[in-house]
Amino acid sequence: MSEYVLEMNGISKFFPGVKALDGVTLKVRRGSVHALMGENGAGKSTLMKCLFGIYHEDEGEIILDGKKQSINSSKMALDLGVSMIHQELHPISFRPVMENIWLGRFPMIKGIAVDHKKMYQMTKDLFQKIDLDINPAVLAGTLSASQLQLVEIAKAVSYNSKIIIMDEPTSSLTDNEVEHLFKIIEQLKSEGRSIIYISHKMEEILKISDEVTIMRDGTYVGTWPASELTTDLIINRMVGRDMTNRFPPKTYQTSTETIMEVRNLTATDPRSFKDVTFDLHKGEILGLGGLVGAQRTELVEAIFGLRGIASGTITIHGKPYQAKNVEEAKKYKIGLLTEERRATGIFGVLSITDNTIIASEKKFASGGILDNKKRRNIAAEENKKLNTKTPTMETLIQNLSGGNQQKVLFARWLLTTPDILILDEPTRGIDVGAKYEIYTIMQSLAAEGKAIIMISSEMPELLGMSDRVMVMSDGHLAGILNKEQADQVEVMRLATAYL
Amino acid sequence: MSESRELTCEKFGKLMTIIGAVVAVLGAILILVKNSIKNSGGLTGFWKDIYDLPWFIFLLGCGIIIFGALKWRRYLGDKTSTMDTSAKAAKTFLLNNGIILALVVMVIVIAIKENRFMQGRVLVDILAQASPRMIIALGICFTLLIAGTDLSACRMVSLAAVISASMLQNPEYPNRFFPDLPYLPVIVPIVLAIAVCMLFGLLNGFLVAKFDMHPFIATLAVQVIIYGACSLYFDLPPNNSQPIGGIRADFTLLGQKRFFQEALPAINGIPILIPIALLFVIAIWFVLNKTVFGKNVYAIGGNREAAVVSGINVFKTILCIFVLASALYGVGGVLEAARTAGATNNYGVGYELDAIAACVVGGVSLNGGVGKVSGIIIGVLIFTIIQYGLQFIGISAMWQQVIKGIIIAIAVALDLSKYRRK
Repeated sequence: MSEYVLEMNGISKFFPGVKALDGVTLKVRRGSVHALMGENGAGKSTLMKCLFGIYHEDEGEIILDGKKQSINSSKMALDLGVSMIHQELHPISFRPVMENIWLGRFPMIKGIAVDHKKMYQMTKDLFQKIDLDINPAVLAGTLSASQLQLVEIAKAVSYNSKIIIMDEPTSSLTDNEVEHLFKIIEQLKSEGRSIIYISHKMEEILKISDEVTIMRDGTYVGTWPASELTTDLIINRMVGRDMTNRFPPKTYQTSTETIMEVRNLTATDPRSFKDVTFDLHKGEILGLGGLVGAQRTELVEAIFGLRGIASGTITIHGKPYQAKNVEEAKKYKIGLLTEERRATGIFGVLSITDNTIIASEKKFASGGILDNKKRRNIAAEENKKLNTKTPTMETLIQNLSGGNQQKVLFARWLLTTPDILILDEPTRGIDVGAKYEIYTIMQSLAAEGKAIIMISSEMPELLGMSDRVMVMSDGHLAGILNKEQADQVEVMRLATAYL
Repeated sequence: MSESRELTCEKFGKLMTIIGAVVAVLGAILILVKNSIKNSGGLTGFWKDIYDLPWFIFLLGCGIIIFGALKWRRYLGDKTSTMDTSAKAAKTFLLNNGIILALVVMVIVIAIKENRFMQGRVLVDILAQASPRMIIALGICFTLLIAGTDLSACRMVSLAAVISASMLQNPEYPNRFFPDLPYLPVIVPIVLAIAVCMLFGLLNGFLVAKFDMHPFIATLAVQVIIYGACSLYFDLPPNNSQPIGGIRADFTLLGQKRFFQEALPAINGIPILIPIALLFVIAIWFVLNKTVFGKNVYAIGGNREAAVVSGINVFKTILCIFVLASALYGVGGVLEAARTAGATNNYGVGYELDAIAACVVGGVSLNGGVGKVSGIIIGVLIFTIIQYGLQFIGISAMWQQVIKGIIIAIAVALDLSKYRRK
């Protein structure tokens, strides 16, 4: 038996006009955690899809347990002992948790009827094994995003696979839950299973993994033991250039002129935010930190007219303001980039031009009739300013990488000429190089005098980018820190203040 | 892509233009030869059997020239843009245009089996038959573009037909719907009929937008309401549910007039329905591609949540979609009444499903956000040509249904395989 449970040798994959993978190698040892790293668009997901039978490689070989395999379907991958936790969760919301887990392999009574009792017990046992406290009979739709993520992890475990692929498993988990996941991973390792772990979070990778394989632009860069790596080394090898600083140097002056005053704002939903008071200054980046569930997104969506406000006041430029819908918010020059880029941001089947212009169509129309030439030119110009990389302006946005999609969304909102720009997790799922560009864009906007509210769950980003940090805890505003006061410990203390 | 196979769009455009010119010239020569034979003493054998084929070859050549010239012009500014001529690209091309190729093969088979099919008047007949369907399909495509549907289209057609016909009967006709109705300008009942349809469209849109009801069920409910209301109206004394007849000539002209009958005796003129449909095609193309409203329709279909967050007034847009769609059904109904010089409350049955099928065959996605007017034209034409052609070679109506169903399934399967990557 070879020491590797999985060998992928010289894997190449072509898509029309693109070489997504070019001779990539991945060797995973038995009972180890193997991190797979690379910028978005480096080909990590494509490689994993080849392993999981969603794509079929055009060149190269996959050797599982010493035997060459041609994996044609996800079913076959599962049968061969490979399971995968997908980056995007697709729960069947209106079915119980247990049915979501055992779908396609329900326990049966005499091969005729589904054995619900047994299924319940199996789920209970599974959850117990990984120390998860969720009722198997509740509907999947009633769970929070992080609970769903844990259920998905449980599902992958339930296949008893030799290899478990985890694609960004912590993107919607809180720190405690990440710890929980790491415990599960340790347990799986001790059972002799291997884990392929994809994540952008350096701290996690260095903590949990044994070996790290780095990819860049669809090619294989190399594999190193995690003990030999540092964050800077990984970033260097991922981007192929020196990145001495993760944040651009600050070049602008914040003013003390208040642009928006929020006083005692309370949501209609009693479980949401309450009694929030703060000022937003011109030309500043106000960080908004807190744990998952702190109601940060709900707060900014209420300001943007997407959620109800029960009491409290907002004034903008000294004028009272309360938006019932986004149209009104736009009139007051507020823009919002939402957290879920795919669900509420991009129009996947539409072109870059259409995606850029959609929030400001009226500026390009007289009497409802559009000036298509002007639309195309302005969209191209705006995207060029933000350095969006796209083959043409007619390309569908779903074919761009996450970072470039985000730049298009920036262009969309900048075209509405906002004074206040709210960014909800602006760099989630975006690779390091593109992150830096997004930060640069944010800083130049602040320098132009725009006020930015940035929700971020990444501590380094929150501390590195914000002029002031506002921390929420369970719907309450726990405190506002100046740049000098703000550090990891203080933010965490505030974030847990009301728990 | 290897160097040697690289072909710039400019070259490709030139090549197509030249091929088109050759085909057109060939057609023109055939036309001239045929005419000279005809003048020198009647057509026999081969020259008689090809009917208007030379003209079709000529038109095909002109079409290729236009296609090539457009391709050429579009990339003139960018000399470096290239065509992908690899085997894979060719395969994609076949896949993308599979349904058109199938149609071409079918037309050729029909033409070989029955030479008379190659006549100008057949083509004109087909276009005229396709026209009312086209207008209805254009209406329904809006509801499909927002990932919805509209089942009330058929009943709106009958409603508009009955209303307009009931007010446009000859004064001398004994069985008048409104015996004492004064002579109305022809436009009044037409506008009234379309307006009533739009009211029901408003109801459709309101149910969908306000209560977030699925369009399938909302329009099903409205469909039933319209049928009931239309039947009640149709049953008013003294008519008591008799088919409406005795339609005024100035109204039937709208469906039956033919232009250039003297100038074009070979095809007996051009039916008025064709330019009317063309007008609506252009108008809807304009709305979808050149207006804020059109962009909003695609956006709502592409990602409704993102549309809300972008500040699009989704409520208003959905209302407008259903009102506009029902106006088009109303137009379709009025034209049906004019064309057939009559109306009953059972006009238009099944039109909505035909229209949906035509849209889907033409590449409109039921998941919303994807669809072009050019595709809808092709979809409608495919169905009309096949129906007409099969009738022409004497295939029974029952077999026609079977074939129609098979075409829908294959076309959609082909269309979807475009989006699936493996």
